[in-house]
Amino acid sequence: MRRDTIVLLGVNHKTTPLAVREKLALSSGYEEPLRALQDLKEVREYYLLSTCNRVEILFTCQNVELAKARVLERLFTSAVSAEDLNQHIYQHVNDDAVGHLFQVAASLDSMIVGETQILGQLKEAYRHAAKKRCTGFILNKLLHKSFSVAKRVRSETRIGASAVSISYAAVELARKIFGGLDGKKVLLVGAGEMAELAAEHLVGQGVTEVVVANRTLQRAVDLARCYNGRAVALEELLDQLQQVDILISSTGSPDLILRKEDVRPVMRERRNRPLFFIDIAVPRDLDPAINDLDNIYLYDIDDLHNVVEMNRSERDKEAIKAKRIIAEEQLKFGKWLANMESTPTIIQLRAGVEKLVRAEVEKTMGRLNNMEEMDRQGLEKMIAAITGKMVYHPLSYLKTEHHCISLHDRIKTVRDLYQLDSSDNDQGPA
Amino acid sequence: MSFLLFQGSVTVYLLATAAYLVFFFNKKQEIRRIGYFLFLTAVCLHSLTIVARYFEAGYTPITSHHETVSFFAWSLSCCYLTFRWRYTVKNLGVFVCLLVLALMLVAAFSSREIVPLAPALQSWWLPIHASVTLIAYGFLALACIGGCMYLLQEREIKTKRFGLFYSRLPSLETLDTLNHHCLSIGFPLLTLGLITGSIWAKQAWGAYWHWDPKETWSLVTWFLYAAVVHQRFTVGWRGRRAALLSIIAFLSVLFTLWGVSFLLKGIHTYAS
Repeated sequence: MRRDTIVLLGVNHKTTPLAVREKLALSSGYEEPLRALQDLKEVREYYLLSTCNRVEILFTCQNVELAKARVLERLFTSAVSAEDLNQHIYQHVNDDAVGHLFQVAASLDSMIVGETQILGQLKEAYRHAAKKRCTGFILNKLLHKSFSVAKRVRSETRIGASAVSISYAAVELARKIFGGLDGKKVLLVGAGEMAELAAEHLVGQGVTEVVVANRTLQRAVDLARCYNGRAVALEELLDQLQQVDILISSTGSPDLILRKEDVRPVMRERRNRPLFFIDIAVPRDLDPAINDLDNIYLYDIDDLHNVVEMNRSERDKEAIKAKRIIAEEQLKFGKWLANMESTPTIIQLRAGVEKLVRAEVEKTMGRLNNMEEMDRQGLEKMIAAITGKMVYHPLSYLKTEHHCISLHDRIKTVRDLYQLDSSDNDQGPA
Repeated sequence: MSFLLFQGSVTVYLLATAAYLVFFFNKKQEIRRIGYFLFLTAVCLHSLTIVARYFEAGYTPITSHHETVSFFAWSLSCCYLTFRWRYTVKNLGVFVCLLVLALMLVAAFSSREIVPLAPALQSWWLPIHASVTLIAYGFLALACIGGCMYLLQEREIKTKRFGLFYSRLPSLETLDTLNHHCLSIGFPLLTLGLITGSIWAKQAWGAYWHWDPKETWSLVTWFLYAAVVHQRFTVGWRGRRAALLSIIAFLSVLFTLWGVSFLLKGIHTYAS
């Protein structure tokens, strides 16, 4: 019997455009897709993860290609065409799958490296799968391991502590201006992906309201719905400025959309409450002279890059350390998996030998159950000792690393020698 | 006795300032805790100093230059402690400690002689007028320190060049709250000090107002603060302008305290 293969299929923000990701996302929650896979005979254990930036399926199976085809068919064929799927989806097997899962859990694969949300999402997804008994021995062990790897990475490196990306830098600056971000309002002008990302980060830090202004209102409405926010027309921009605290601008407009003269009267209306402008559009949307006004802080994409640069060298060091931890844990898990492969053989061998010894003892001494307690215990000990001595050599042959004979061959040799696969090995040698 | 306590409190203030400075540069939390503990000890010693001096002199020790400055430092420390109890302002302690230490050194170098109180000053109004005014000064000094920190932090954020202060100073919002808080306590106290002073002047010298230099400058200071408070609470001035004005107004406080006494002589001098 071969051990099951661990397979990971998925799409994420690096490989797949948002338009496709949106269709693949399991927007209705985990219940339904988990149930859809329940009666698939090809996969043994499985679990699903769906976040804004990724959709991943992890399962164990005997036949990779067959199982993959079946799983994709069940989950996604209604949403996306087969070519699209094949073009975008990535597949990792065994060790690679383990490594990838660890990277995801440790937030090395995230859009904002070092963010902490992903671990919570992973646990949530696992809870759903475990509740429906979709995960078994291997995946339980693997997922629990991934949680502890994530914790280890976070406690042993400072990957989460420094500003690791533009949007993180923006949040850090906002903190220095506003103190806490609780109860603050953010206005997105233009619905680019960068702006969306920054907004997501801000919402994660306690910003309560998101207002979206976009040239096409439909896109604004869609995006606003993601954050339970409001959509407004681009013409209302100045009115909105009176209420929001942070503005993130990323329109494709070739001209400036806000000038110093437009903003100056707004500050009086706001009673000088501070405003933080983030301009991530190229070419710029906001007049650089706005920064000269009191209580307004304007940062464009280059300024934010500089903030990020300040932390970069340290971040790189931390990422290397984190990758090293993951490689280490991947190796350990690989060993565990390999041992898993020999475990059934070991158990079978031990049980078979013990059965033989016991049968011979009982043949000579009579049924053990009818004996005096003292005698019985003595004989039980003897049986265990003989079994131990008998299986010692084959087991050490199995367990010790061997240069020329692979674990697989060694298992096969032992199984052949002791005839563990023949159906009549219950009888044993007469 | 009071002299010994005074020397002790100056020494402990010095240690506290050193600890806070070390914390400011290396950001180790344990050192901050040590600094805070030292600062508390120093404030206790300082309080004892004032009590001891009260018994030695037989009147409230806020008359001579030495006593006034020492009391000023004490009230600043107390204001800081009350503020710290309500809000956390990162690294405010360093700046407060530096100012308190400076004041204590000034007090240490001025004459500690106990002079008998002039008959005109022997009144219950002395402790009330002097202590209320100096506690007001304490809060206003805190507002000034907050203002300086605000300007330092604001400059780094505005010019986008992050140096020594960006990571060490608190957020602009926090510093602005500090300014608001201190002004809204300090200004009423200052007003009260002015009123009690005027009542006392009526009793001692027979008229509510003499236009002697000290009184005039107190009025100027009061008007400056009135302007800040007015702008803050009605027009919504905040941030940089409020910080700048708080600093300028505090310079006027210092001038009232020292400049007037040493440069422009009037009847309102320290007991001498």
